[in-house]
Amino acid sequence: MASFLNIRRIVDFAVLPLMNVAVALLISGLVVLFVGQNPLEAVGYLISGSLGSGEGIGFTLYFATSFLFTGLAVAVASHAGLFTIGAEGQAYLGGLGIALVCLSLDRFVPWYVTLVPAAAAGMLFGAAWAFIPAYLQAKRGSHLVITTIMFNFIASSIMIYVLVNLIKEPGSMAPQTRLFDKGGLVPKLGEILPVNIGTAPLNVSLFLAIAAAVFVWVLIWKTKLGFEIRSTGANPAAARNAGISYVKITIVCMLISGALAGLAGVNILMGDLGKLQLDFPAGIGLVGVAVALMGRGHPVGIAIASVLFGVLYQGGAEISFWMPNITRELIMLIQGLVILFAGALSLMFRKSVYSLVDLFRVSKPEV
Amino acid sequence: MQEFLSTVILLLSSTLRLSVPLILCGLAGLFSERSGLWDIGLEGKMLFAAFAAAAAAYQFDSAWVGLFFAILVAVLLSLIHGFASVTHQGNQIISGVAINFISSGLTVLLAVGWFAMGGRTPQLQPEARFPTVVLPFVEEMRSVPVIGPIYADLISGYNILLYVAFAAVPITWWVFQQTRFGLRLRAVGENPAAVDTAGISVDWLRYRALLCGAVLCGIAGAYLSVAQSAGFVREMSAGKGYMALAALIFAKWRPVPVLFACLLFGFLEALSIRFQAFDFGLGAALSTQIVQSLPYLLTVVLLAGFMGRAIPPKAGGIPYTKDR
Repeated sequence: MASFLNIRRIVDFAVLPLMNVAVALLISGLVVLFVGQNPLEAVGYLISGSLGSGEGIGFTLYFATSFLFTGLAVAVASHAGLFTIGAEGQAYLGGLGIALVCLSLDRFVPWYVTLVPAAAAGMLFGAAWAFIPAYLQAKRGSHLVITTIMFNFIASSIMIYVLVNLIKEPGSMAPQTRLFDKGGLVPKLGEILPVNIGTAPLNVSLFLAIAAAVFVWVLIWKTKLGFEIRSTGANPAAARNAGISYVKITIVCMLISGALAGLAGVNILMGDLGKLQLDFPAGIGLVGVAVALMGRGHPVGIAIASVLFGVLYQGGAEISFWMPNITRELIMLIQGLVILFAGALSLMFRKSVYSLVDLFRVSKPEV
Repeated sequence: MQEFLSTVILLLSSTLRLSVPLILCGLAGLFSERSGLWDIGLEGKMLFAAFAAAAAAYQFDSAWVGLFFAILVAVLLSLIHGFASVTHQGNQIISGVAINFISSGLTVLLAVGWFAMGGRTPQLQPEARFPTVVLPFVEEMRSVPVIGPIYADLISGYNILLYVAFAAVPITWWVFQQTRFGLRLRAVGENPAAVDTAGISVDWLRYRALLCGAVLCGIAGAYLSVAQSAGFVREMSAGKGYMALAALIFAKWRPVPVLFACLLFGFLEALSIRFQAFDFGLGAALSTQIVQSLPYLLTVVLLAGFMGRAIPPKAGGIPYTKDR
């Protein structure tokens, strides 16, 4: 019984993340108060806008789908001890792959035929964009964080060039492709299931994301490769001595990470926009960092954190609609605070909560 | 000849203007990274400082008050970074990323909440900005061929923060190479345990490095919003903090090369602004994008060790714990 109800585990996976979010929301509420608005009113719009209607829930889960992809991408790398900021650029380039497939197939075949090669192309492009930083980290020892940041900038330059000069819709001023035909659009959930989500773009990519989460769980905890990944993350030197190749693990992990990030484009491009446009990822790669940290690298945690950030995104839009003096950037602040508390300051809360729960225990913990 | 000279002068003076935030941020990063703390948060600190400078300069009608608040805000953000990554031994990169998010969000939130101008601050009057410094004898020198225009248009005629930025380079060099603090700073980035053994507080040293960097970041922010432009615009740092980080790596974490790396990156930026449609055989659009991403490409190539080796401070990124 004691081992089943390990209090510290509960603290790690439930109490601490909730505390992090609570503190982040509290500080954000103070900021809202500081600019002369009513934080309780804002919370009301946040909740009702994101969870109060079928449409709101649809939008919330649509955002959550993208975050689940990028969150898993960051998490897979983090299990090998790699910290990547590159999901943004990988999702961006993945979108290029998806768009190329959609643009060439959408007029000839139904969506479920397009989906497979499109998803494959997204994964391929995302993985390819992750490969170079991975190779440089593994073989040449260059810092992955720095190279992935640089690669996000380079990706954005490449995409400007490609969109403006190569695949822009002829005659259009905006840097975007033509709209995909029916064969390049995945169905919205409202169209295939008896649910009422109004105009929300929630689509079948949700199931793809859930499948990706299951895949990551199996990969990390149920396979030999996953064991090697976790060993490398826990202690690279010991893993190397045990015959696990650091180069292989680094590169494989980053390829998987890039492929997962690349899939996010399926949700956004084929599920919502129906075209490739400039800056379509709009920060999902960075949200992935927050989501992975909050979910502590576990797919279930990441899924919960993704929904939470979906609530923030959808509810934040609702707040800025009803309270014009509060902008959507409130979400950025909350995100930053969550990253700060769940990531950088995680030890601070953990220490104090541990000592608090230990007060109520009869026997001292063994460690 | 005359025209060529004036084009060159125009290009170079725009290079100088564009490289100022890079130089200040690059030196700021130098202080923290040489002390063993990664500083991804340069971008956010500069952005928030820019907002603070513009808001305070507008409120008090004084550029100097603006500068003061810019530095204050950068110091506060640096203290958050220090609190998380030095005191609580958290992950330095995550803490930096958090600072960038907080700044991006909070600046716009406060700007809209206070000024209701869609994330801008009100236009600053000329007296609330840093005035142009005109060096002595400019008019007398102007008639001298070549040297005259160079002196008048390239060396004189900027706002004071530009001169501060260029003065900061030799000062930083002097601090690093000639002072006891500089020696200890370099040591703590390589081998904190040795510094600790010598009876010097690793944490306090790193906090001081962060504070030095914060002052420079604050000046960089004020330069953006109160000197270069007349007010704050959302996301006005536009990746300059990351580019400064790239320059810092490109300079292999040394003060004087930081200056040259920043000038090079500033020059590339000036080129791509001045020649929107310039072409070296690859088509205009491709050439522009290549020039714009060249700083990042060069940094990646350098980091990969294909052009000399950029070896980061040895203790960088690792929180220091006294007992193991």
